[in-house]
Amino acid sequence: MKLNDLMNHTSEWLKGTGPNSDIVISSRIRLARNLDKYPFPHWAKKEQSQEVNLTIEEAKAKVDFLKNTTTFQLAGMDAVDKQFFVERHLMSYEHAQRQDSKAVIIDDEEIISIMVNEEDHMRIQVMQSGFNIFEAWNIINRIDDALSQQLSYAFSSEWGYLTCCPTNTGTGMRGSVMLHLPALVMTRHINRVLAAIAKLSFTTRGLYGEGTQASGNFFQISNQVSLGHSEEEIIDNINGLIRQIIEQEQQARESLVHQNRAMLEDRVNRSFGILKSAYIISSQETVELMSMLRLGSDLGMIKNIGRRTVNELFIVTQPAHLQKLENRKLTQQERDVRRASLIRERLKI
Amino acid sequence: MLCDVCGKNQATVHLTEIVDDQMTELHLCEECARQKSEQMEQQFGLSDLLAGMAEFTKPVQDKEMVSVKCKKCGLTFTDFKKIGRLGCSECYNAFRKYLAPLLKRIHGSSVHMGKKPLTIGGIAPKEDKESDLSLLRQRLQKAVEAEEFEEAASLRDQIRQLEKQQQAAPPAPDEGKKE
Ligand SMILES: [Zn+2]
Ligand SMILES: [Zn+2]
Repeated sequence: MKLNDLMNHTSEWLKGTGPNSDIVISSRIRLARNLDKYPFPHWAKKEQSQEVNLTIEEAKAKVDFLKNTTTFQLAGMDAVDKQFFVERHLMSYEHAQRQDSKAVIIDDEEIISIMVNEEDHMRIQVMQSGFNIFEAWNIINRIDDALSQQLSYAFSSEWGYLTCCPTNTGTGMRGSVMLHLPALVMTRHINRVLAAIAKLSFTTRGLYGEGTQASGNFFQISNQVSLGHSEEEIIDNINGLIRQIIEQEQQARESLVHQNRAMLEDRVNRSFGILKSAYIISSQETVELMSMLRLGSDLGMIKNIGRRTVNELFIVTQPAHLQKLENRKLTQQERDVRRASLIRERLKI
Repeated sequence: MLCDVCGKNQATVHLTEIVDDQMTELHLCEECARQKSEQMEQQFGLSDLLAGMAEFTKPVQDKEMVSVKCKKCGLTFTDFKKIGRLGCSECYNAFRKYLAPLLKRIHGSSVHMGKKPLTIGGIAPKEDKESDLSLLRQRLQKAVEAEEFEEAASLRDQIRQLEKQQQAAPPAPDEGKKE
């Protein structure tokens, strides 16, 4: 698989399928794993990091679950290409910054990705479309088991998987669910919900993870605690919490439809109108309007525009995707023009 | 003893905080302790949080803590406090005394309850809940002897949980995985 092949491919998590996919965009689990022989990436010498990279590549080749994967070395990779992976949620923004001996391993369906030499030697990630966190766990658990037979993990029976940052020690696991909560935002219940989440040791972030603002009504909720509970318990907790938030969003949507239908139809259709007719549009405005379009499509107010089209548009309108599409560097003004034309094209009924 | 903040719940978390060379002691209930650490995280970011939390560990400010160094990778505890990241897996042993309370503070527990690698250094570890239990019981005894009751209570809960798991699932939990 080549990087450019991904351009014409829809990532599994964007397909808009899976349980509760009207509210849940994707479910993701990541495991932090380290090799016991080497210092953690930030503290390792160059040769050590190269050895880690090589060792993981060799181990990967022996694992059946990882047969259909490609390893992309980040050394020498173009900045736009790296950004392209970040926009597809295949690697973190931090991973794209420094490049010595870093790599990312990606499977053909874009379900699995393994960041090599990020904060930990390995950050294994599995993404699923919709509310499917148990399935994500089943997949990642098997990959991790298989890798643990090829690699000597840093592990202590007392403290579990030893990670670079003590906030990940133990299971090394972070489960994240990406939610679209426009009705809770519009009814102003969202702050109460977010406060309750924080009290339960869960964190809320924006569309692109750590340090990003929640925008366009998208919220990513993850567990904070990784030690003292089994993986299944942590997943059960996330599951229970997300279930409650889904219910609250459903109730908020119902009450909006019943009490403020005209306002809702107005906002949805105005957003659709702007998206269909704009000639210059920023990515921020796109995300906000698309959020309304997605809500309209979920509520049956917009016909003929499916969830998958909306989901894909979120990704292909990002800066690196636009530049890959044009096959050249674009200034911000050029991107805003190209973004608008791409949206008009895709939303033609 | 009641919590210094809410004055309602029993204080179970005891912190020693040093601000401008002034030492203050805080006795908090679990709820207020969690809120305090959240506040700190919002204000200072993670590495400050870790550094700040390391400050809370007892005994207060010992000289050994400043100079302790990981033999394998050379990272000192002072480095760790500055960057909030450990240097290698061996650091966990080198800084054990200071990390145990820190992990407890971050996660509310310092005992791993999750899965194990299928092999460790090429050797399959015994999938044996019995040995986990006896390890936990030994540590419980030590904690009680050292009058570390907070630790003891959490160990007791973990032992109970393991015993419950054992009763609930008598066959080896691994069997289904190897298909
Ligand atoms: Zn209190
Ligand atoms: Zn070390």
